[in-house]
Amino acid sequence: MADTPDVTATDGHGEATEGLLRELVSHLRANRTQLREEWARRISEARLLTALTQEEIFSEATSIYDSYVGVLETGSVEALQDYARNLSERIIPRGVEVDEVVGIVLLLRDVLARSLFEKYQSDFDLLNRVLDAYEPAANRIANTVAGNFVGERERVIRQQQEAIRELSTPVLQVRERLLILPIIGVLDGQRARQLTEQLLRGIRANRAKVVVIDITGVPTIDSTVANHLVQTVEASRLMGASVIITGLSSDIAQTLVTLGVDLSKVNAVGDLQGGIEEAERLLGYEVTQGDYLPSEAR
Amino acid sequence: MAVPILKQGPVLIASIQTALTDTDVLQLREDVMGQVTRHRSRGIIVDVTALDVMDSFVSRSLRGIAHMTRLRGAETVIVGIQPEVAFAMVQLGMKFEDVQTALDLEEGLALLRDQLKEPLTGAG
Repeated sequence: MADTPDVTATDGHGEATEGLLRELVSHLRANRTQLREEWARRISEARLLTALTQEEIFSEATSIYDSYVGVLETGSVEALQDYARNLSERIIPRGVEVDEVVGIVLLLRDVLARSLFEKYQSDFDLLNRVLDAYEPAANRIANTVAGNFVGERERVIRQQQEAIRELSTPVLQVRERLLILPIIGVLDGQRARQLTEQLLRGIRANRAKVVVIDITGVPTIDSTVANHLVQTVEASRLMGASVIITGLSSDIAQTLVTLGVDLSKVNAVGDLQGGIEEAERLLGYEVTQGDYLPSEAR
Repeated sequence: MAVPILKQGPVLIASIQTALTDTDVLQLREDVMGQVTRHRSRGIIVDVTALDVMDSFVSRSLRGIAHMTRLRGAETVIVGIQPEVAFAMVQLGMKFEDVQTALDLEEGLALLRDQLKEPLTGAG
């Protein structure tokens, strides 16, 4: 260690802290195999990282252990940060939770602290100073790993929300002046707003007279979203289009009536087929079956 | 700025061009009522395509015009309400429940034609 390590020393004992950390690092290096095994054992005992196999746990544990010692040695968390981000990317899709990640880092902190107690138990004063040097660094490591894990998870969530938002509400024209909006998945406030916007723009762009909103794929609706739907229906009417809502499940129908949402202005039809038939009637279409089908198919 | 009112057969077309002051709105009401009486019009179309905001006074007045002309035997259709305006109006509780609306001028004319059961062009 020729160059000066970047150890965060807040008091005048900087030199002493450095010395202690150096000693600490060499202790951890010397006992690497034993401590690492102890740690991996404690991880499986505590039933953490159950999504990973024993071999995976051991190899990740080795990498984390080495980065951990590296941080103690250099005082820089950058390499650990990269590793933590990389690790998070790999284990998040496998369903590893925050408490597990925090749990394993705290376990390592505990395992190492115990080994320090054991080594310095004869000299209480020295033990105290070693812990003074060790604990801030260990806390910082725990923070870095947990922070990176949570940050990575939030990034994934944001990305997925973005993806859902993009494919969330198609506005389709099925006939001249007839639009269909199939809605799949949970409607929250934001999605409902986006739906309204796209629908009203769609009415203007396609010169629609009738719109069928199909909510067969919507499991539940709360009163805010229901009221928003009613407002959408009224706004569409202001633009000269009538709205038919189809596929209100019996559960949703019961909820809405119990909540007291006023749906008397809404034209509701049981299923999408009925909705399209009703829309064709409103538009004056008459659909008749051709006679080109083979007779057994009729 | 005064709103021009055009006569097209039995129908009057009032095409709002810019944002209206309260005075303009009252003037529009006067003009429409005067012309309905003079031309014995059967329908009125108020085109608000150019408005990207519609305050409560304007929308209340338009609704008033619709009610008044109905008393003179003429049906009013508001056309060209923009998507943003439509949703803002609904959120503010101005729903135009007893006023007819249509997408644009063409739609409004078609609507009146169906209701009046007579061609809109010609001597009127």
